[in-house]
Parts: sequence; C-alpha cells; structure tokens
Amino acid sequence: MASGETLVPRRTRSSAIELVAIERRFDDGVEALAPLTLRLPAGSFVALLGPSGCGKSTLVRLLTELDRPTRGSIHKPFDLKMACVFQDPCLLPWRTVLDNAALPLELAGVPEAERHAATKDALAQVGLADAASKYPAQLSGGMKMRASLARALVVQPTFLLLDEPFAALDEITRQALDDHLRTLWKAWGFTALFVTHAVDEAAYVADRAVVLSRRPGRVVLDHPLDLPSDRTTALRSDARFAAQTGILRNALAESGGAL
Amino acid sequence: MTRRTPWGALLPPLVPAILVIGVLEALVRGDVVPAFLVPAPSQIARALVDEGPSLYPPLAQTVKASLLGFLIAAVVGVTAAIALASSRRVQQAIYPYAVFSQTIPIVSIAPLLVIWFGWDRTALASAVIVSIFPVVANTLAGLRSTDPALVDLFRLYGASSGATLFRLRLPAALPQIFTGLRVAGGLAVIGAVVGEFITGQGIGGAIGVAQQRQRVDIIFAGVLLASLLGLALFGFINLAAWRSLRSWHVSESRH
Repeated sequence: MASGETLVPRRTRSSAIELVAIERRFDDGVEALAPLTLRLPAGSFVALLGPSGCGKSTLVRLLTELDRPTRGSIHKPFDLKMACVFQDPCLLPWRTVLDNAALPLELAGVPEAERHAATKDALAQVGLADAASKYPAQLSGGMKMRASLARALVVQPTFLLLDEPFAALDEITRQALDDHLRTLWKAWGFTALFVTHAVDEAAYVADRAVVLSRRPGRVVLDHPLDLPSDRTTALRSDARFAAQTGILRNALAESGGAL
Repeated sequence: MTRRTPWGALLPPLVPAILVIGVLEALVRGDVVPAFLVPAPSQIARALVDEGPSLYPPLAQTVKASLLGFLIAAVVGVTAAIALASSRRVQQAIYPYAVFSQTIPIVSIAPLLVIWFGWDRTALASAVIVSIFPVVANTLAGLRSTDPALVDLFRLYGASSGATLFRLRLPAALPQIFTGLRVAGGLAVIGAVVGEFITGQGIGGAIGVAQQRQRVDIIFAGVLLASLLGLALFGFINLAAWRSLRSWHVSESRH
C-alpha cells in the first residue's frame, strides 16, 4: 500500500485532469507504471492505447481511486463528477434496467421520483427507453452495455472513464456503440478517456490517442488525430483514417506490443 | 425447451409411489410379510383416521415446534452469518466452533435441553439447534462470494457498508440463503421429533407410545405425518425461493 499524504489525489481548480509522474509498484515488486504524465483537458476525448499488460487497468484503478500511486500525483478539478463504464457491464441481475441505471442516484440518496425521471431520460439517450422494466438476463450484450452507459450518464458526469467498454461485443454492435458514444460526448461535453487495445476503435472515437509502452507503462506517443470531428462509417475505409491508424500501429509496434 | 405443467412434474415421482404401495399391500395381504412388522398401506390409512385423537393433537405441537424452530433458525442464522462475514478475524475465531457444534449428536444433549428449557420448549430448542447451521454456512458462503467487480462498483459510487450489504451482498447471496433454508426446513422437523422422543410430546411422543403398544400401523402413520410436515415446509420454502428469484436467477427461471 502506498503511504504519505502527498499521494492522496488532489482536486485542483484547474479544469483539466492531470497525472503527474505517477508510478505504481506492487508489493510483489512488479512495476505497472513507469513515471507517467498525462493531461486530459476539460471536454477532450482521449483514447488510451496499449498492449496487454501495459498497466492500462492499473491506470484505471488509480483514476477511480480504487488504488493509489506509489509515487506522483493525480490532480482533478474540485467539481469533477466521474462515472465509469467497464468491459463487464456490472449490472445487478435482480434489478430491472431502470433500477440498475438508477443505482448511483439511489446510493446518493436522490428521492425516487426524481431519480426515476433522470434515469428514464438517460435510458432514452442510450436507446433503451422500451427496455426499462426488463431484467439483465433478458438483454443482449449490446443492450447490457447501453444500460451500463445509462448508469454512468445518470450522475451527469464531467469525466467519463471507459475501460475497454465494447471489447466483448460483436463488430456491428461495437461500431454502433462507438457512434453513439461520440454523439453523447458531443451532446454532453464531458471529458472522456477511452481505454482500449483496438487501434481502429481508438482512432474512430477519440480526438487524441495516447499510446503506452509495455510494462512498466509510459507514454510513447501522444497524437492528436487528424480527422474530421463528425465521424461516420464511411470514414473507416477512408485513406485519412488509414494514415492515422498506421501512425498508431507503428507506435504500438515500436513500444513492443504485439498486435 | 419443454413446457412444464403441474401434472408433468407430478407424474414421474407418483409412478414409483403407486408401485410401492401396490406391491406392499399385496405382500402383506398375501401373508408374505407379517402385518405386525410391516403394516399394509390400507392399515396405515385406517390408523390415520381411527387413531386421530392420539395423532393430530400431537401433530399440532410438532408443527408449532418445527415452524417456530425453523423461523428462529432462519432469522438468527442469517443475522449470525452477516456478523461473521463482517470481519475475517471474527469469522476465523468463531467458525471452527460452529463446525465443531455440528459433531455433537442432538440426541445426546436432548436431556440437557429438558433441564435448560423445560419440557414444553425442548422440541423447539432441538429444532433450532439442528437447523441453524446450514443457514449460517450457506449464507456465509453466499456473502463471501460477492462479485469483486460489483463491490468495486459500489465503492466507486461511495456506497456505505450498510448499503453494500442490503443492496448488493444480501441479494447476491439470496440463492445460497435459500439453499440453506431448504436444508434447514427438513432438519427442523427432524430436530423437533428428536426432542419429542425425550419429552413424550408431539408426534415423536405419539410414535413412542405406539411402539410400547406394538402398533406398527400407528408408528408408520406418525412417520408419514412427520414426513408430510417436512415436505410441506420444503414446498413452502421452494415457493418463496421461486417468487423472489424467478425473474433473475437461473435456478428458478424456466423460460
């Protein structure tokens, strides 16, 4: 366990989220993160790419404060409202979609009428308005992920952390959700960090891609994606898109990550 | 998948029952098996009617002792499991003795129960003691196997330990809690009858009296009533499990 007061994540007045020279060494001596510095300006959409075992999950745990860095500091705005979406939708099987998506509000003590109204709104935004009374077992993989997304949206996040959210879904569903996520980001204006190991997906959803090296993870490329802001399926087969993914692929290959 | 109807589910176990009853009746009537050792099913049926006064008032006592015993075991057992699950140290300190207590034959301490709880409450105490352990063990196993990803999710949303217990860990443990309750239901009846053998009350006492009178038909009738009581309790618990789990848990959902 890390010790020392300076390691507690600090909330600053800056509207950006900043990771300053953070390191994480586990008790068994494994170094998950080398000094890593990363700045996420408010409202930006950043994809974090890296080979398996580059410390992506460690970074996510540090950002969610489920873990602490061994060294370095994480600065967050005072009024940051964070929400997360993971690869596993993490739905409670005994709750309906509505009650699952309302969970964060329920835990925060929001009265039922108010929380139901807000949750129904979020469900409509992810296209699940008709599935509110269904149970997770009755949903497809894509619908479960949409429910998980709605649960993240109900807190009106200013920072949305997505940890390989669509990795377990089929290609068509994944692309539809990529589009949907980008639309939601434009409408809501939250800061988004999208962790993935898929180059195409990173280039498609984000405005900026950060490539991490093999463990201990450090930044090997911080690349603003030179693509139009409006993304459509046609872009996936565009030469400009291929050029951008090529840059990311090269960086990944040089970082020692197998593709 | 095949559609299940009540008849479809009842028919398979009815076949061997009818078969055994028929064969037994034939064997006893044909004097292959002496009626003073094994009564014919028709004799048991007659005992259930004719010996009513010596069977049904005691049965009411057994019903009361086993139902109340089961309820106490369920409430105390789940509460104890929550307390044990709250701290690893407490669990390590206490749990071995809970397991040890299971090796004590209930019959051997029944005389103590009479001294401690009096004649009227011995059957109840015996029912509680016998049926509480499966509730504790299964609830504890359920509480300890909460999905760590969901625990992280609750931490992320700043849930209190109380909210995590009541909104996550207990509901997630419900299928295992019901497994414990099903076992406890049957054991509560057994515990009550064992206690009654010592006190001479209830269906256990009625069976004891029938043994002294060499009335195997009444013994069989008493055994049948005790089993039916256990079966009814089991059915009731199954119904409760089905009602609370059908919408989400594979064990109770039949699409």
